[in-house]
Amino acid sequence: MKILVGYKRVVDYNVRIQVKPDGSGVVTEGVKLSANPFDDIALEEALRLREKGIAEEVIIVGIGPADLTAHLRNGLAMGANRAIHVQTSEAIQPLTAARTFLKLVEKEQPGLVILGKQAIDDDANQTGQMLAALWDRPQATFAGKVEIADGKATVTREVDAGLEVIEAELPAVITTDLRLNEPRFIKLPDIMKAKSKPIDVVDFASLGVDAADHVKVTHYAAPPKRSKGVMVKDAAELVAALKSKGLL
Amino acid sequence: MSKILVIAEHLDGKLNGATARAVSAAQAVKPDAIDVIVLADAPDAIAAEAAKIDGVTKVLTVARAENAHALAAIYAPQIAKAAAGYTHVFAPSTTFGKDLAPRVAALLGVAQVSDVMTVEGSHSFKRPIYAGNAIVTVDVPADQTVVATIRTASWPAAASTGSAPVEALTVDATLPTHTRFVELHQGKSDRPDLQGAPKVVSGGRGVGSKENFEIIYKFADKIGAAVGASRAAVDAGYVPNEMQVGQTGKIIAPELYIAVGISGAIQHLTGIKDAGTIVAINKDGEAPIFEIADIGLVGDLFKILPELEQAL
Ligand SMILES: Cc1cc2nc3c(=O)[nH]c(=O)nc-3n(C[C@H](O)[C@H](O)[C@H](O)COP(=O)(O)OP(=O)(O)OC[C@H]3O[C@@H](n4cnc5c(N)ncnc54)[C@H](O)[C@@H]3O)c2cc1C
Ligand SMILES: Cc1cc2nc3c(=O)[nH]c(=O)nc-3n(C[C@H](O)[C@H](O)[C@H](O)COP(=O)(O)OP(=O)(O)OC[C@H]3O[C@@H](n4cnc5c(N)ncnc54)[C@H](O)[C@@H]3O)c2cc1C
Repeated sequence: MKILVGYKRVVDYNVRIQVKPDGSGVVTEGVKLSANPFDDIALEEALRLREKGIAEEVIIVGIGPADLTAHLRNGLAMGANRAIHVQTSEAIQPLTAARTFLKLVEKEQPGLVILGKQAIDDDANQTGQMLAALWDRPQATFAGKVEIADGKATVTREVDAGLEVIEAELPAVITTDLRLNEPRFIKLPDIMKAKSKPIDVVDFASLGVDAADHVKVTHYAAPPKRSKGVMVKDAAELVAALKSKGLL
Repeated sequence: MSKILVIAEHLDGKLNGATARAVSAAQAVKPDAIDVIVLADAPDAIAAEAAKIDGVTKVLTVARAENAHALAAIYAPQIAKAAAGYTHVFAPSTTFGKDLAPRVAALLGVAQVSDVMTVEGSHSFKRPIYAGNAIVTVDVPADQTVVATIRTASWPAAASTGSAPVEALTVDATLPTHTRFVELHQGKSDRPDLQGAPKVVSGGRGVGSKENFEIIYKFADKIGAAVGASRAAVDAGYVPNEMQVGQTGKIIAPELYIAVGISGAIQHLTGIKDAGTIVAINKDGEAPIFEIADIGLVGDLFKILPELEQAL
């Protein structure tokens, strides 16, 4: 079985994002970019399934501009067999990303597609579900535990009420939650080895995916700031302050 | 001329309070009608609750054995069919809505707007990106069905004084059998629900262990608060996952939020931005949580919490 993994590059989670003063976007020039943390988890899970002999090949997919190569090399160094780079200089919205993945799914025929539950830039939390709908296959979102046996995935999902277990026949789409696993660190020799692994560059336009933007972002604003509050010196003062606000 | 379909969230025969929040957001669109759709094996009691929500025009029920559990693969084709004639489909931005709404949108061939904070116009909305560090205004083309999830912390629950009619709906949709519900392990708790509670006390890594977390529960019970946690506390196994507050956990807006032994990482703060009053208790006076706290107290939580209980 092949596993297709979404491997998106995003602004590193430690960066404090600044909105441009004219409201046209956020400052992305010169900020540190990293793999979406949920996608590192997706890749780790795929690698573990390969190590268990459940999968033979792990393919990472990046949709983005020409300079995505170094990012994809990191995924290859982590252990993916090969990468597909769908090249586009445009920002891709979730429905378009899902349609793009569907094209790759049709070509590669994976038994499993593992994506992050959300990308931490847009926080959309949509692509996996949309792909599953278009592909007419099961979705197991917010996965905290995955077991594959007898042609199906048994997935424990982190839901608001607690932990939900579902069974999904393969092929299926899984989206990862934070506690699914801890991604491995990349070792130096692996970086060398990754240099010879293939990155298949596909021009986005050649896939015939409708690239029209579905929603338009018209303005960016900084969130309203909470003003700095007061410090109290002990428990008694805190209780008094809360009582005066009618909160206790 | 807007007509909005709100997807009811429910569990164990009870309507989830997030539904009434989604109805509030629907009202902000100033539509001609707001219909709530209940998919369940036995929808009647849930529908009766939904019928009371102010602003609801009517409640539609789809009773099918397959609807016993909220599986997106099963619900989505039915909602996509039922959406005909509606300009908007809203669901709460809970794990239920986030799982389902994109699947519905993809079946309808339209985009989905996540986490609506404000309604700027019938097709224009504000939503957070980058863990709430930027707020964008997004416009959906006027000729497209708007499929959106509603950020529940941004909206009050619509009141429950109405009495809308309930209608059974037959939806002609073929349902897949490739996805099956196995079980749900619910954190059972007599405490108030984290997502709707007016008061929340959360503990972080500073609490130190599962056993130590008792001090948080004890204090919360004393003031009638729900209990939450940081990701670090969940990852360390002090508390179960459903208690996580933040970017990738629950987004909440209680009147009072007390963060105990939590440093204040942006991913955590995302979850509490809309809280009325934030109190921070931390032994490190430099902890970032103090930059946004309304009231801060520097000190050892193991000393302060018992003192607080005494002072109540
Ligand atoms: C200011 C700004 C500028 C942006 N500039 C760019 C840009 O220059 N280039 C660009 O590509 N995007 C850019 N984006 C992001 C782009 O708009 C998002 O990729 C798109 O909206 C999808 O949303 P999401 O990734 O949050 O989807 P989600 O549904 O949250 O993503 C879930 C999962 O889907 C998979 N996935 C989604 N998109 C991709 C992808 N592109 N490649 C691989 N896997 C993917 C991943 O596994 C991811 O974890 C920008 C976004 C913003 C806010
Ligand atoms: C993609 C991504 C998503 C994330 N999503 C979330 C999320 O949804 N929610 C979330 O919370 N985090 C999330 N995080 C994690 C976040 O970055 C922080 O790591 C986490 O919030 C830290 O938890 P903490 O404050 O409990 O722990 P720490 O940062 O370790 O802070 C512990 C605090 O306790 C204090 N302390 C210790 N002992 C005592 C004592 N005896 N008395 C008083 N104070 C004491 C310390 O001074 C310290 O400030 C996410 C991270 C990533 C990368």
